[in-house]
Amino acid sequence: MFGYYLDLAVRSLKRTPILTGLMVLAIGLGIGASMTMVTVLHVMTDDPLPGRSAQLFTPHLDPLPLDHKRHGDSPDASDNLTWPDAMALLKAHRAVRQAAMAGGSLLVRPARTGLRPFDVDGRYATADFFAMFGVPFEHGQGWSAVDDEARAHVVVLSATLDRKLFGGADGIGQTVRLGDHDFRVIGVTADWSPTPMFYADPGAQHYSDADQLFLPLSVAVDLKLQTNGNRSSWVKGVDHSVMSSDGMTWLQFWVQLDTPAQVTAYRQYLVDYSAQQKALGRFQRPPTNANLYSLMGWLAHENLVPNDVRLQLWLALGFLFVCLLNIVALLLAKFLRRSGEISVRRALGAKRLDIFVQLGIESALIGAAGGVLGLAIAQLGLWSIRQRPDDYARLAQMDVSMLLGTLALAVVASLLAGLLPAWRACHVPPALQLKTM
Amino acid sequence: MQIRPILSTLRHHKLTVLLLAFQVAFTCAIVCNVVFMIASRVQRISVPTGIAEDELSAIRSKGIEKGANPVAQHAADLAALRGIRGVQSVVAVSYSLPLNQNEDSSGICPSKQALDRAMQLNTIDGSGCMDPAMYDGTPGLIGTLGLHLVAGRDFRPEEYVSKGKPAVAIVTRALAQHLYPGKQALGQSMYDGDNYFRIVGIVDTLLRPNLRKPGVDYDSMIWPQLPDSAGVTYVLRSAPGDRQRVLKAAEAALIKVNPSRLIDAKQTQTYTEIRAAYFERDTTMIGLLIASALGLLFVTALGIAGLANFWVQQRTRSIGIRRAIGATRGDILRYFQAENFLIVTAGIVLGVALAVLLNLLLMTRYELPRLPSWYLPIGALALWALGQLSVLSPALRAARVPPVVATRSV
Repeated sequence: MFGYYLDLAVRSLKRTPILTGLMVLAIGLGIGASMTMVTVLHVMTDDPLPGRSAQLFTPHLDPLPLDHKRHGDSPDASDNLTWPDAMALLKAHRAVRQAAMAGGSLLVRPARTGLRPFDVDGRYATADFFAMFGVPFEHGQGWSAVDDEARAHVVVLSATLDRKLFGGADGIGQTVRLGDHDFRVIGVTADWSPTPMFYADPGAQHYSDADQLFLPLSVAVDLKLQTNGNRSSWVKGVDHSVMSSDGMTWLQFWVQLDTPAQVTAYRQYLVDYSAQQKALGRFQRPPTNANLYSLMGWLAHENLVPNDVRLQLWLALGFLFVCLLNIVALLLAKFLRRSGEISVRRALGAKRLDIFVQLGIESALIGAAGGVLGLAIAQLGLWSIRQRPDDYARLAQMDVSMLLGTLALAVVASLLAGLLPAWRACHVPPALQLKTM
Repeated sequence: MQIRPILSTLRHHKLTVLLLAFQVAFTCAIVCNVVFMIASRVQRISVPTGIAEDELSAIRSKGIEKGANPVAQHAADLAALRGIRGVQSVVAVSYSLPLNQNEDSSGICPSKQALDRAMQLNTIDGSGCMDPAMYDGTPGLIGTLGLHLVAGRDFRPEEYVSKGKPAVAIVTRALAQHLYPGKQALGQSMYDGDNYFRIVGIVDTLLRPNLRKPGVDYDSMIWPQLPDSAGVTYVLRSAPGDRQRVLKAAEAALIKVNPSRLIDAKQTQTYTEIRAAYFERDTTMIGLLIASALGLLFVTALGIAGLANFWVQQRTRSIGIRRAIGATRGDILRYFQAENFLIVTAGIVLGVALAVLLNLLLMTRYELPRLPSWYLPIGALALWALGQLSVLSPALRAARVPPVVATRSV
């Protein structure tokens, strides 16, 4: 039966090529525009560390004074931690793994001749960083907590930077000059860049940055290395170069908690810690302001998706809606025009359901054709987005699930659009129509 | 022209007519708001900076030698850059230029009392103090950028400092009015909590490195502070068409003076590129908005034309009968035009209401301003025109139906 209906549908569509073309074009344009924006939103809100993200949490404290007011569009000072708080959480060791970190930019002075000095972005972190985030290593390994204590001048390079500095040879054991100090290479990571870079300062470019090197946080504080995240202080006269100040936030902190019980316990620990600090007179605000965000919860809190992208999505969906209205009207006119043909089939014994299925298949066929056109238009749209210099532009690619989703959306949308016209058409009274034929 | 027969025909196609009217309504609502968004973005990207945009270019250099004297290095660099053919003038700034997104802003008060008020309120809002963008630079900044001094004078050579804070400043007219409303700002002393700065000059317009909101975008001040860190931006003024060559020559000249430095390729560009980079998102958005508005109108026109075409086919016989009993071609043409007018009008009535609703939604969710009411009649006119244009070809076809059709069976 399906084959027969398909044949009927093709014949019917061929009879009105212009109208069919218009409908396919309308659904193609609507689907193409919507899927372009849905894809952009999909890649921007994707899980940066699948399989691991459910165990990762970031604790937040509120060390701000009671009368502190956030100024205009300046960053929230309590987004990050102060050095004393981060060290306290680290030493307390209440989570399975925990690491404090901050981003920085360093001048690399290559030993190879013919290579001019250049700046690279990297991360200053404590030992658990690699194991907690599951950073893959090509050679060597990360440093240990002992190295953190000893302020060892060691560095882990990304594969790209390693190749650039040592030209293919593995750089383990070699020395790299960063800024004005020498560091010993102890590990080379495979290129690793979770997108968005969830562990970076809220002000960072989350979709385009990638860390090229990693070194111990204690060394960065010791040598006063430059950090490129936000440093917020609320105490007048704080010297921003004193990284260990208890009146300035600049550190990100992540913990790994494997079970819900651990999560509850850690949340309680944060409140207890805040209460203790309040008793000591360091904190002024209620201890219950302390918060523990899950990884995806933190990304939602940071609201990384620009308003423009959301607006574009709504616009595209509005466009799809108008296209569908258009198709409903055209299909209705087309189906009702065939009242005679439908009545003959009814008189010969076809049930209403048969007519309904037949017309449904015709709508689905239009949807499938529109979906293919929509895919082509969406690829064009994504290509044009990739040409933009926006932070997230290079991510705008469709994966297989999006590809199939596009086709499915087109077919479902056109089926929905065909629903009302088909229902109307199968309720045409056959006797009346046959009489006028 | 009689409306009644048209209405009674349309009554037979209630659902189709309703759908078409809905489509017109949604198109009207979306297009009105989209055109409004386009207009506000175009206004945003055409904001004047107050500087000679066409003639400026910038190159960023960072010294990497330990213990070097930056101020002496900058002086040597400036001398070398001045020697490049085609360079009319050149200055060094720490990093700020209008719209280059590297802003240094600092709270400043018209008087000590205002500062006390701000301390009491714990915010500068409502205290009379402002948060202007600060520009520094070597002597000649006003001339090189092409700023217009409207009162007072430029800095004197002895007023420039490299360490500590200068004693004088030049402010924009906007900042002068915001700090000293209704008063003469020239000669007044501003206070930042530690130091007083006497206003010695007022420039017409100088935009901030980052836009905030329209009221404070021109709150900028310049002080005679020499850039004193290893990283510095040189601003070169030359003929507009000469800028790419000048930039290349400048890079070579800087490396020649002292090779131990980094030239930041991303921040070495003409001012036109700096401005374009700032508004990149807006220009993308304008393109997208235009495309979607055109797409919507196109699809709606297709819908109207497609349906009209269909109806003409369907009614060929009745048109023939009408022609046979005396209707002229003009009558038939006008019939279809009037029918379209009625449907589109119904759509527009609903569409205007929807446009206002949509605008209210956008105002609450995306902080868009209110849609000016004159957009609505213009949107309505545009949709009427679109409807008439798309129905024209099917209507003409209907008018060409010969009366003899009436005698044939279909």
